[in-house]
Parts: sequence; structure tokens; C-alpha cells
Amino acid sequence: MGMTVVEKILARASGLSSVQAGDVVEPKVDLAMSHENAALVINQFQEVFQGTGLEPKVWDPSRIAIVFDHRVPAESPKTATNQKKIREFVTANGITKFHDIRGDVGGICHQILPEYGYVRPGFVVVGTDSHTTSHGALGAFSFGMGATEMASAWAMGIAVNIEVPATIRVVVKGEFPPFVGPKDLILYLIGQLTAQGANFKVLEFHGETIRKMSTSGRLAICNMSVEAGATSGIVPGDEETVRYLGEQTGATEAISCVSPDADAQYVRTVEIDVSTLDPQIACPHTVDNVKPIDQVLGTKVHQIVIGSCTNGRLDDLADAAAILRGKKVAQGTRMLVFPASSKVFGQALDKGYIHDLMKAGAVVMNSGCGPCLGVHEGALGDNETALSTTNRNFKGRMGNPTGFVYLCSPVVAAASAITGVITDPRKG
Amino acid sequence: MSKVILKLENDISTDDIYPGRFMATVLPMETPQFAFFDRTDFNTKLKAGTFPPGSIIVGGENFGCGSSREQACSTLKGHEVAVVAKSISRIFLQNSINLGLQVVICPGIEASEGDELEITADQVLNRTTGKSFDQVKLPAARKGIMDAGGLIPYTRARLMAKT
Repeated sequence: MGMTVVEKILARASGLSSVQAGDVVEPKVDLAMSHENAALVINQFQEVFQGTGLEPKVWDPSRIAIVFDHRVPAESPKTATNQKKIREFVTANGITKFHDIRGDVGGICHQILPEYGYVRPGFVVVGTDSHTTSHGALGAFSFGMGATEMASAWAMGIAVNIEVPATIRVVVKGEFPPFVGPKDLILYLIGQLTAQGANFKVLEFHGETIRKMSTSGRLAICNMSVEAGATSGIVPGDEETVRYLGEQTGATEAISCVSPDADAQYVRTVEIDVSTLDPQIACPHTVDNVKPIDQVLGTKVHQIVIGSCTNGRLDDLADAAAILRGKKVAQGTRMLVFPASSKVFGQALDKGYIHDLMKAGAVVMNSGCGPCLGVHEGALGDNETALSTTNRNFKGRMGNPTGFVYLCSPVVAAASAITGVITDPRKG
Repeated sequence: MSKVILKLENDISTDDIYPGRFMATVLPMETPQFAFFDRTDFNTKLKAGTFPPGSIIVGGENFGCGSSREQACSTLKGHEVAVVAKSISRIFLQNSINLGLQVVICPGIEASEGDELEITADQVLNRTTGKSFDQVKLPAARKGIMDAGGLIPYTRARLMAKT
């Protein structure tokens, strides 16, 4: 029987000739990523070794990546101390893929991993972050896990007792209309599938629209696949993947991509034509509460956020700058911009996007998760509303349980910054 | 038999169970104070030790959706509560198994706050209403972890077996 991309990847990583959905496997891990929650991973890791007489050593320091992004620079002594402990662990264990709080090589983990070429098609990538689904954009099987499961992976180099997930095939056709793009596609899909419609399943993306989509766009759709409950999103590696890895990361070796078999088994196929798609908005307080923009036009917005692992890349900042160039952010609305990485920040500086955004009134912050998870920068006031290019709008997400978070694309966020209300960029 | 101490709607996120602003607190012994922190009354009662061990939180569909933060499980485990929900998000379910938090998937569950429930091997019995509801078995692949008492002892045993 034919295999899906993820089945093929898991078969290879588990040393088997074939697997199918429902099988239990223990794949070797090609890359294991953590951020500040490595503090908990380290605690659990050391506990695993307690009383064993064995030396607590990670299985392969070259396959571990640690990226500080959730609370950078530290918002509290507690966070700073956690980061300090992680730094010491990194040094003691010889972990080289470490991205500290820096203006040159820092950034958000889900931008750093692709940007530095840490991910290859066919890899098994695990991360202590639910948006680890992002790296399916490069044709890898990439999924989130908790800190204890990561501690187990650090100790043994495998993901223990993984049930091979079933796959939903998503076929996307048509050309995006102006001011509509990958973010609108994934919001629309989540609205159709619901927040748990893909729980325990993989979303495998196909179709002409996906083939033409840049890696940046693919990262956005795979990133948010988890918002439909998916274990992972995946775009089978192709010419664009090879181009990205060569041009953006300097990969020089031959890159082999994994494609599904023609007779692979899918639990369901979803077809979407984007040629008539409107800008989409996920309304409070669930990501699957998705509406076409027409239904929420005019909603007052106190805070605009452009950034995050979903939409803080160079093309996102370019789109926002093009709309805001020579314009002003509305009085009574504040606009926060968080580039996805220091490299993206630097490129946006060189191209003048940062200047355009600042001159319009945006506050450009250092790269990091920022207000997306409501830890330090950019909390909402009581009953305030945010319009954000991030990936979650749960109650309390932006630091205040009385706040309201709407999710959208960078062009919708930029157009709305000028008016202070949710605005259709097609009518700007 | 245990009492339902909180009845929740669908799509309860890990931000609700353990708000992001407390994520710098990671150790299982320190996380329980922040359980459902923004549900102030409930959090206060939890911290006051109002509820006996085994008390039950009843959730709807997609309980524990969102972030992979393990604090969302350790915070509940610290209060020795159990979760019965219509369905549970993948990472939360896995984290619960790994940490030994009792979770029960029960698609048909009907219960109100104050009801007395009994969790049997394959059912949930509502002793207050007299109705019974089937459980969905947890993935068989995970039995080894559950039998070992969690992923830490499970991994430790496998490491020892290798040497």
C-alpha cells in the first residue's frame, strides 16, 4: 500500500520498509528544538538520570537547537535566571545550535531553524513548542511535544511510542487575488476544519497554489496547522524547497525531497480554490471563529501587532511597509512590529521598511515572541481590542483576560493601522 | 466517587489553564498556584485545599488546545484533580500521560458542577443523574508509560536496560 509523506519519513526514521497510520514507531530524531522552556527540559532530563549511575549526557549535541525567543530580553529575574541555567547547560553539553539574545543571530525559533538551514526535507523534527508544525514547510515531519517528552528525546535520541498519524490531503488551486495570501488561506481552512478537525492528524498540502507559494508563505500555513489540532502540517519538498535551502541558507549538498505515493491513503481530501477568497479574520476567542473581513469591518482596534513566527518575515514587513509608507497610524491606535529574526530585522532596515514603519508611527521591537503570548511587551488594557498577524486569539492570550484578539494577514493589519478600525486593504 | 468541581465549555486552551505570563515558573512543585489563575474564585478555592484529591474537572471538546506548555498538566496534577472531557487535544493528552495526570476521554459525558461521578475501567457513571457514559481508551501504545508511572521512570528504565 502506498504511503503519505509522513508515513515515508517515519518508516525511514524508524528503520522500517513501510508504516501506515496507526502503527506505533520510535523514529530517530534529526533535530530537537527548545526555547526558554529548556529550563524545564533540563530539570526533567536530570531527573531521568537520577539514581541510574549514568552520566546525564544528551544523545547528540549537534542535533539539539535552543533559541531564546519567548521572553527576550528577560522580563523578570526569574526568566533571566532560567536563561542563565540554560546557557550553562548549553556550554557543558557542547550544544552548537544555540541562539542567545543577540542582534545578529537571534530570533524566533520557527524562523531561526529554517533560516540557518537546520531543517532538511525528510527530517523528523521535534520541538517543545506547539508551532513546531512550521517546519513541515520544508518537507520535514515536525511536531510539538512537552518538556518531559523532550527530556526523553535528549536522553535516547528517539521519540518514544509515536502513533503514525493519519493524513488529510489539502489541495489548493487558483491564484490569490490582490491583498489575499497564505494567511487568509490557512485561516479559511481552520474555519472549515474547526479547532479540533485535524486533531491527531497531518495536513499534507498540495496543488498549484502551494507549488507557487514561497517558503515564507508555506511556513505561515504549516505554522498554523496546529490551530486545527494537526500534529503537523507538511508541504512535500520541491524545487522551491531546494531553492530556499540553497539561496537562503547556503546549502551546497544535493537535497532529496520526499513525495507521497500516488496510491497513498488519506482520511479525507479538502479542496480549496483561492481565486475568490476574501481576506479572512479569526475573531475572539477561538482561532476557528473565522469570518470574511466584510463581517467585521469597522471594529475599533487599540493595538495592531505585526510579527511572530506566523507573519514576521521579510515579505510580511514589505507588504506592511508598502501600505504604511507616507501614511500615519491612527491616533488612539498603537502599532507594534516584531521582526521574526535579527536577520529579517537587518534586511528590513537595509530595504527601508523599518524606516517606513517607524515614520508612520509604528514601534519596532526586537525580534521575539513579544505580545503574542502575553508575557511582557504589548499587553492589552482592560477590554481593549488587538488586531494581530500572530496565530492565537484565546482569551487572555495577549496578557489580559478581558481583551479581544482578532487575527489577520499583514496587509489587513497595516490598512487597519491607518484607520484605527478593521479595514479592507482592497478598498484602501 | 468524586465531585465535579468545575464544568467547562469546548476549546479550553492551555492559556486558560495556565496563563502565559506565568511560564517562567516551570517546576512542577511551583506551578499549582497558577492553575486557572484568571478564574479567580476557582483558583482561590484550589489553593485553599477546598477540594479533596480525585475531584473532577469536566471539559467539552478539544480540552487543552494550544500551547505545548507542560505547566498546564503539572499545575492540575499538583492539585490531584482528574479531567474528564469529550475530547482532548493531542499534546495535552500526551503531556498528561507523561506526567501521570488522570485524564479520561468521554465523548458523551453529561455532568453539572456538584454531580458525583465514578470513573470505572471503561465508563464514567454519573451517580447524581444515574446516567453512564463510555470512555474512549487512551492509545494502547502509551500503556507502557502509564504502567511505569510516567515518562521519567519509563525513560529511566529503558536507559538502564540498555546498559
